[in-house]
Amino acid sequence: MSGAFISFQDATKDYGSVRVVENLNLDIARGEFVSLLGPSGSGKTTLLMMLAGFESVSGGTITLDGKVINDLPTYKRDMGVVFQNYALFPHMTVARNVAFPLEMRGEAKAVTAAKVKKALDMVQLGQLADRLPGQLSGGQQQRVALARALVFEPRVVLMDEPLGALDKQLREQMQLDIRELHHRLGLTVIFVTHDQDEALTMSDRIAIFNHGKIQQCAAPREVYDHPANRFVAEFIGETNLLDCKVSENAGETFSVTLDDGSVVAAHGLPGLVAGDRALLSLRPERIEILPAETDATATGQNRLAGEILDTIYQGDHLRVVIETAVGQIIARTDRKAQEWPVRARVMLTFRAADGWVIAP
Amino acid sequence: MIKAAPMRALLLLGPLLVFLGLFFVWPLVTVIAQSVSDPSVSRVLNRTAAAIDGWDGTGVPSAEVQAAFRADVVANTDDMAMGDVTRRLNATKSGFRSLMGKTVSAVKEDPDIDLARIDDRWTDTAYWQAIQDNASPYTDAFLLAALDLERDKSGNIAAMPEGTSANATILLRTLWTAGVVTFCCLVIGLPYAMIAASVQGWKRSVLLGAVLLPLWTSLLVRTAAWMIILQDNGIINQALMGLGVISQPLALIYNRFGVVLAMTHVLLPFMVLPIYSVLLTVPGNLMNAAASLGAHPVRAFLRVLLPLSFRGVVSGTLLVFMAAIGYYITPALLGGASDQMLSSVIAFYATGSANWSMAAALGLILLVLTLILYAVYNRLSRDPVEAR
Repeated sequence: MSGAFISFQDATKDYGSVRVVENLNLDIARGEFVSLLGPSGSGKTTLLMMLAGFESVSGGTITLDGKVINDLPTYKRDMGVVFQNYALFPHMTVARNVAFPLEMRGEAKAVTAAKVKKALDMVQLGQLADRLPGQLSGGQQQRVALARALVFEPRVVLMDEPLGALDKQLREQMQLDIRELHHRLGLTVIFVTHDQDEALTMSDRIAIFNHGKIQQCAAPREVYDHPANRFVAEFIGETNLLDCKVSENAGETFSVTLDDGSVVAAHGLPGLVAGDRALLSLRPERIEILPAETDATATGQNRLAGEILDTIYQGDHLRVVIETAVGQIIARTDRKAQEWPVRARVMLTFRAADGWVIAP
Repeated sequence: MIKAAPMRALLLLGPLLVFLGLFFVWPLVTVIAQSVSDPSVSRVLNRTAAAIDGWDGTGVPSAEVQAAFRADVVANTDDMAMGDVTRRLNATKSGFRSLMGKTVSAVKEDPDIDLARIDDRWTDTAYWQAIQDNASPYTDAFLLAALDLERDKSGNIAAMPEGTSANATILLRTLWTAGVVTFCCLVIGLPYAMIAASVQGWKRSVLLGAVLLPLWTSLLVRTAAWMIILQDNGIINQALMGLGVISQPLALIYNRFGVVLAMTHVLLPFMVLPIYSVLLTVPGNLMNAAASLGAHPVRAFLRVLLPLSFRGVVSGTLLVFMAAIGYYITPALLGGASDQMLSSVIAFYATGSANWSMAAALGLILLVLTLILYAVYNRLSRDPVEAR
């Protein structure tokens, strides 16, 4: 993608002998909201720090708008950064904090005042302009940090786990606020998080990191429904992984043989051929539990016989653990669905489109 | 029983209160009392002092006062003490020396003699006025003298004649030297603390160790070490002469340079540590944040890091300055005659001439200076944000 706004080409970062980011390639379009998601130590924050200019680049190049910025000092990069601990200047009022980037750019006083007011109104903090950061709550501070990072209309907004320190309700509100700002202002946002719900909620695309490499970078739906490998399948959401062997690959739909010899149809990654060992990923909410005597052949769906081990009430859904010939399977059912007594014989069914075959 | 618990709790404070009382409050009170007490007249002429208190200062005091005076003269057996009294009275009203000599021998012969018959100066109000002025056991003479001031004949505060006392000069010199030392400590200590706070691991340990190690060494040892380094055939001069940079040894010791250098070294930790501890509380990524907002590193430093270290700078500056104005050993060992500070004058009065009142008065001046500085410090450090 030569027209990419931001482009990492073979970007590498070494700390001494430890390689934290390895030959990473990623293109981001203008106006896109990309989340970098992964466990801690996976290199996602390091990549963001390299983009912001806080960390040097050990190898490869980073380009912004067609220009290599490897050696461009941070203060010339024109990127707004929102930090997890807010990083507000404690000795300046809210208004002075927000005015800081404008003052650094030599804006006229009147222009600065107008822009500061507009930015604070945007995050609904206009009435707190004269407070000090220490007098604000965590959520308010983060909104100030957001206003400060946006007020100078940066080319890119980088967010490093900005909601990590907030409580759940506030976090969800802020997610929606940031999403709305992104749409309204057409911002290019790179958002680092280890919270998959956050990434799924806000992103145009999610880049999933592990061991300094991107495991998959795709739209939230794609990442969830069609994970590229076992790590992604397990990291995003919950899934059942069943060992299997590809017996036939007919374009989109595979036939795979499970360990007990039963054959099921499922979609899967292209590239797997007959005879390959593979994993069948089954999302718990895609599995339907029916009475054992149901005549499933009529529905044309895959079937697995099993026995209820446990049912766990989780508020908005029920978690059902089922013992089958291929191991334990977790299913999620609607709260209003039939409750199964323990030891009940059941039939699990799923459509071919609900199963996903990946390399082991 | 309800009251027992608080009482027991107070008992825990007992040792501290006893310690404070014994080693802080009592000496302080003694010093203050000493600096304003002048018992030489009131001790010898104690009956006179009591009697003359009620005199209205016109004409001549009553017969009772005169009788008390005669009784005091008769009762006194210490010629030295009477000499002191005479000197003191003569300083207030000249003519007392001959008058007292005459009076003492006359009264000793006849305790009931009429004073006016000994000398008609006893009918002069001014002489009795001098006795009344000096009769009080309290005086501001020492405090005034500590500032090179005195009371003139009419009782007004006036400067002492040129050349009779150097206390004010030495006080100014003390303040100046302390100021220079504080400035040097700040210039070295601020960047040092910033570097120490910004590095991690062993580098930080080494930097802090370099500051703390001198603190654990005796002041005398450190001063002696500077003497060895700075003297005419010390390490520096020998090295420079060996390299042919200079042909004559540089005067590094027994002058202001040596004093400032050694005091800066000794007091540096008191500048570095407060600034360092304040900087530790500054989130590490504020400078990154400033850079991402478009601030050149120099501007980020001036606008963010420097204001945030202000509280530490104020603490450090005052700590160093307060400690410096009381310095004694270092100027005494490394300075010349014209580098001595107020402490050495105090030491001279206390141990050299046994003039405790003068030593106490000078000490009080130092204490008041320190208290004023402390008040300033409190004011500045109360709200670091508003002090911006």
